[in-house]
Amino acid sequence: MKIKIAPIIVSILFLVFFVIFFLGLKNTNIYVPSVKYEKEVPFFTTQLFNTNKKINSDEIFKNDKYYLMNIWSSWCIPCRDEHRFLIELKNEKNLEIIGLNYKDKITNAQNFLVELKNPYTTIISDFDGLIAIEWGAYGVPESFLISNKKIIKKIVGPLNENLVIEIKELLK
Amino acid sequence: MKFLRSLIILFFVFAFHNSNAHGDNLDIKITKNLRCLICQGQSVYDSDSEFANSVKVLVSQKLDEGLSEKDIYAFLKNKYGEWILYEPEFNKNTYFLWLLPILMFLIGGAIIYKFIILKKS
Repeated sequence: MKIKIAPIIVSILFLVFFVIFFLGLKNTNIYVPSVKYEKEVPFFTTQLFNTNKKINSDEIFKNDKYYLMNIWSSWCIPCRDEHRFLIELKNEKNLEIIGLNYKDKITNAQNFLVELKNPYTTIISDFDGLIAIEWGAYGVPESFLISNKKIIKKIVGPLNENLVIEIKELLK
Repeated sequence: MKFLRSLIILFFVFAFHNSNAHGDNLDIKITKNLRCLICQGQSVYDSDSEFANSVKVLVSQKLDEGLSEKDIYAFLKNKYGEWILYEPEFNKNTYFLWLLPILMFLIGGAIIYKFIILKKS
């Protein structure tokens, strides 16, 4: 008896594609840029919040200190939620919190800080979002933990209890 | 009346044609090949999110600085990873992706050749 090869090939192909697509169904399709640890802090020049004074990244980030660079905006709702964690982290001795005010109106940002208190030691402005791109950020809020001018942790989205504990651990 | 109507139709045809006129600008070409990371599934060109608008500003700024299309892709790839480009690069992870269509084309051609040409003779 002659074996019919075509139906066998077709059914094998069908099975292969079925398995591939079925497994693909369960994969998450939301992409988060890979976190590159030990990446250098990018160099940028910008304005200090609320003044016309220019400042560059070398003046902000110095060696042997920890920095938390937090990208925030008054129009961003999750920023409101994470703010109390920033206030909590403000008490850490060897940590300075730097705020990057992202595409915001200065008056709105000031009202936001009056209402929720100011955890930042330095605030810099990013009017057109280009500095956020230098950092590889694509939304608000995002936070970067920096030590010796290297990014040691990147947090996409708002801070929470667990992340605060983790940051405190890293500071020790 | 008929003449007027066709005139109006002609007017609209050319009006729409015009809206496409600057389709070959380099910054548009680049932003169409960049994925908006917030609204995944849309290109930076199509999107109006804060991130996409910033990238548009960045691309035109970098072009003014004299960077080439490739330089801009390399810059963004360094910041966000290869995912930001719609067109995947040709490397060892994507050999299969790029060569599969050519392979299928050749196999298909061989099958057609076998069935049609050889059967005739």
